[in-house]
Amino acid sequence: MTESGKPILYSYFRSSCSWRVRIALALKSIDFETVPINLIKDGGQQFSEEFQALNPMKQVPALKIDGITIAQSLAIIEYLEETRPTPRLLPQDPKKRAQVRMISDIITSGIQPLQNLSVLKQVGQENQLTWAQKAIRPGFNALEQVLWSTAGKYCVGDEVSMADLCLVPQVANAERFKVDLTPYPTISRINKTLMALEAFQVSHPCRQPDTPPELRA
Amino acid sequence: MQAGKPILYSYFRSSCSWRVRIALALKSIDFETVPINLIKDGGQQFSEEFQALNPMKQVPALKIDGITIAQSLAIIEYLEETRPTPRLLPQDPKKRAQVRMISDIITSGIQPLQNLSVLKQVGQENQLTWAQKAIRPGFNALEQVLWSTAGKYCVGDEVSMADLCLVPQVANAERFKVDLTPYPTISRINKTLMALEAFQVSHPCRQPDTPPELRA
Repeated sequence: MTESGKPILYSYFRSSCSWRVRIALALKSIDFETVPINLIKDGGQQFSEEFQALNPMKQVPALKIDGITIAQSLAIIEYLEETRPTPRLLPQDPKKRAQVRMISDIITSGIQPLQNLSVLKQVGQENQLTWAQKAIRPGFNALEQVLWSTAGKYCVGDEVSMADLCLVPQVANAERFKVDLTPYPTISRINKTLMALEAFQVSHPCRQPDTPPELRA
Repeated sequence: MQAGKPILYSYFRSSCSWRVRIALALKSIDFETVPINLIKDGGQQFSEEFQALNPMKQVPALKIDGITIAQSLAIIEYLEETRPTPRLLPQDPKKRAQVRMISDIITSGIQPLQNLSVLKQVGQENQLTWAQKAIRPGFNALEQVLWSTAGKYCVGDEVSMADLCLVPQVANAERFKVDLTPYPTISRINKTLMALEAFQVSHPCRQPDTPPELRA
């Protein structure tokens, strides 16, 4: 933790996993400092000895807070929820909480890891677009169907939840990999509604300390 | 569900299903198994009936209390919140974060990269190498994380959700011929856990759909 005592977020502007946590910090009005970790430069700064000591998975995000370091975006978000409970990111009812976690896990286990940087590096540059699309489409097919039962204004009912924090960055990934979103009207509608909220804007990849000048909003 | 028992849609060898089976055993929750064979008939997870239950077309899924939940950790957290004893998450938020972090390393950082659908995509001749490439960096990281968190089990001395994720992933590693010598902490904890009844009764070799030649 810095001299100011603020939490420190290790983040990459374009990392969808980092974006999830940035949204949570913004929604809960938690002031923090960013230490950018460039996943491409210098062979990938996540591979430095210093960062590996912080997060042996060599991935972003990681959050230094309250004297500990937590990695894995949902573990971070659930910790924030338990220690800074307002505004809430998980409903009170256990069945709705299960829906929020199910949707979050569909994205964070079922889609994103299959198209993350290290996997794409393994399939080779000429295969990356096709591979990423193959990772995203079945997941979005499933998600669209799940949302028919759970969604109100947002992914689960009418309150912003952890599921929404996972959805928006994953839609941005889909757009980056040229996935046509026409088959997913519910996902698109909810994404649009969320992007109107301040927390989703201030945390956007185009507004980060490490956003390259040409991508800055 | 005439008896009112929960119904678990499971495949004997699915590590994700095994996590939930351990939780149900630890919490002494009586349930019925509906086996979903991921290989037979082109994969029973692709049936219209099962797709309606779980649009992700994966196991496990649990029908309980009038709802159906998919995604193993979402299921386990629901069981924890509605059947809180014995506990699977510590009380302290920092230790809970460690449990969730370790669980997520496995359920997001390792297993999805070597699951059935990904392996189908890389082709049979590449499967072993691909799976090993998925598991080794994750186990390297996990071994390091456990130096700070582990006692008798993954986090301290109480069995937690992290342990439910660890054992099935070690079984995956063994299946894909990953040498476990570089991971003594993982191996020790796995051995300690496998001595517990809940981890044995839920084992792939003791399921209703275990093929006769693999049955314990």
